[in-house]
Amino acid sequence: MWRRILTLFAKELLTLLKDPKSRFVIVATPVIQLAIFGYAASFDLTSVPFAVYNEDRGEAGRELVARFEGSPRFERTHTIRHTDEIAPLVEAGEVLLVLRLPPDFSSDLARGETAPVQAILDGRNSNTALIALNYVRDIVNAFNAQRLERHGTGPPPAELVTRAWFNPNLESRWFFVPGIIGLLITVTTILVTALSVAREREEGTFDQLLVTPLRPVEILIGKALPGFLVGLLAATVIAAIAVLWFQVPLQGSLATLYAGTLLYLLSTVGVGLMISSLAVTQQQGLLGAFLFLVPSVILSGFATPIANMPGWVQAITYLNPLRYFMVVVRGVFLEGRGLDLVLTQFLPMAAIGLLSLSVAGWLFRRRMY
Amino acid sequence: MSRRGGGAMRLRGLIRKEFLQIVRDPSAVAIAFLMPVVLLILFGYGVSLDAEDIQLGIVTEDRSAQTAAFTAGFTGSRYFHVHRYEHAGTAQRDLARGAIDGLVHLRGDFAAGLADRRPAPIQLIVNGVDANTARIIQGYVQGVWSGWLAERAGAAEAPTPVTLEQRVWFNPEVRSRNYLVPGLIVVIMTLIGTLLTAMIMAREWERGTMEALLVTPVSMAEIIAGKLLPYFLLGAGGMALSTLMALLLFEVPLRGSLVVLAGAAALFLVVALAMGLLISIIAKNQFVAGQAAIVATFLPAFMLSGFIFDLNSMPWPIEGLTFLIAARYFVAILQTVFLAGDVWAVIAPNALALAAMGLVFLILIRRRAHKRLE
Repeated sequence: MWRRILTLFAKELLTLLKDPKSRFVIVATPVIQLAIFGYAASFDLTSVPFAVYNEDRGEAGRELVARFEGSPRFERTHTIRHTDEIAPLVEAGEVLLVLRLPPDFSSDLARGETAPVQAILDGRNSNTALIALNYVRDIVNAFNAQRLERHGTGPPPAELVTRAWFNPNLESRWFFVPGIIGLLITVTTILVTALSVAREREEGTFDQLLVTPLRPVEILIGKALPGFLVGLLAATVIAAIAVLWFQVPLQGSLATLYAGTLLYLLSTVGVGLMISSLAVTQQQGLLGAFLFLVPSVILSGFATPIANMPGWVQAITYLNPLRYFMVVVRGVFLEGRGLDLVLTQFLPMAAIGLLSLSVAGWLFRRRMY
Repeated sequence: MSRRGGGAMRLRGLIRKEFLQIVRDPSAVAIAFLMPVVLLILFGYGVSLDAEDIQLGIVTEDRSAQTAAFTAGFTGSRYFHVHRYEHAGTAQRDLARGAIDGLVHLRGDFAAGLADRRPAPIQLIVNGVDANTARIIQGYVQGVWSGWLAERAGAAEAPTPVTLEQRVWFNPEVRSRNYLVPGLIVVIMTLIGTLLTAMIMAREWERGTMEALLVTPVSMAEIIAGKLLPYFLLGAGGMALSTLMALLLFEVPLRGSLVVLAGAAALFLVVALAMGLLISIIAKNQFVAGQAAIVATFLPAFMLSGFIFDLNSMPWPIEGLTFLIAARYFVAILQTVFLAGDVWAVIAPNALALAAMGLVFLILIRRRAHKRLE
């Protein structure tokens, strides 16, 4: 039995890797994509372009503006001298932020009164606007604290001290890079599996395969193994890059990470083969691949938290294997989680994997036209 | 019959054939109409960056009026779902296993410290794995804290020197759906455009029907036009459907004009279809074409278009790469037309870039297609 499977496995690998274009897509793109996306995926902003509209001539106003100019998060690109100039700048997207200081800003402060400062933000991407607003608030708070200290009223009665566990500097990249590992493993395995049966069906070679002494289970294993192999290799390379190049800490054990990856591969290979055996043509296989891939990424908690979704969408995410794997990679990388993941995350992935693989094997026989 | 008339007739024949193929394998129709509906409903409702219902633990080691006054700010907030603890140990265990997202710790001597005018620290611990959510929680807690400070200070102590007045233009209620839905339309249209055409040329080569086409009098340009036109119509239908859903179902405002929206969408659709066709021609077999389509469309459009991640904050080599992604121009146009209006300073350069990309793709298609003929 194993000899037969091995032969099929060798043939599958050969069809995948003999075409240089296909070889490039499978082998090189995960690495290239991680290198690019690892830098692209971050909610931390740098050098936010901003304009200053300073109607105040005083020193305090200059001091506040200087704090913005000195921050690596902001970059002053424009100076505004008239109210009419604000709208075109913001509308054209030239600046994300306009900082406006009213004429009596410094004199109000000098008299010990409250002086307002206005922040106008381009809200077309409201998340970016909110993050920038938080940075603005940090700078204004620091300015206030320093002023209060200098002018004698002393510190506030209670201080808020914040600590962040697992990611002390709240680096966005630490959150996204492990997530990208999940994404790329999914894409790679789907690439290898989703079209493989559909292609044989379209070319008529699947019928030939069915009349060989291979049993459906053996065909299933032979078709699934390349997915496992390619997925596992991709996972290893990508995880190594994440640790060595992007410097994401790996707190947990490699054993847990690999156990989770194997179970996750079980479910994606299963879904990929299921799509493939449902499809009659490769066009349908491709459609199926996207209809699985896109929702599974967007509803995995990769970029937007599952907790923010309404109840019925959250319920759907329980069917999504990537949802569990996201918890596993992030948990192992950042939180150093171990066996407590087994029940909550490993079991659902195993269940989805076994179910989809059985359906795929069953479809091999049933779907003959 | 004149040569021109013959061309029109041949083109009609090709388009008719393509339409028949579309009708016979319903997957193309499914791509154009089923995909936008399913994906937009799932994502439009599912994708949100507005954190509400944050699970916040509060540890209070004493029961004084002071602590009650402070924690009232959290229990009254719609952002927080408060869990109360009496011991820091249990709360920290819950934070570690993810049962709560953050915890506020008031020490036993909180009230006593306030009474003696000793600075009384309030500790906030957040789970930093999801850094963005952690920051949002931090912002909310800071808000409650400064509200409490202001209330305590009253008029007696010095007022806050500088107050911040925020004006978020185009989306004053900062509803993340307003920018995510236009972005999702771009991702979906990228998929539709490319998916529709990625297989079709490769299919003709693989089945040998391309050679049959080549011996007929149709020119390569006619073959390409015959491939693009029917799928352009399908894609335009999908785009119309997506726009309708954005406006009616998700109540995204449309502040610009429909004409500009339609024009930009048409341009983008040509680029996306042409990219699919190019993949199809280069790959020459459906298997490779399908793989290339998966790799080249979804993740780049998702990550590098400015749909979620800020392009300006990327390191410059990566930002430079994004100029090769057609989705980036369409995201800029859609977010502006939907939320800001017909701002030509944004629309004109992005539309030009799309047109240039489309032209380059079409030229490449002509070139590559010719080579195969000879």
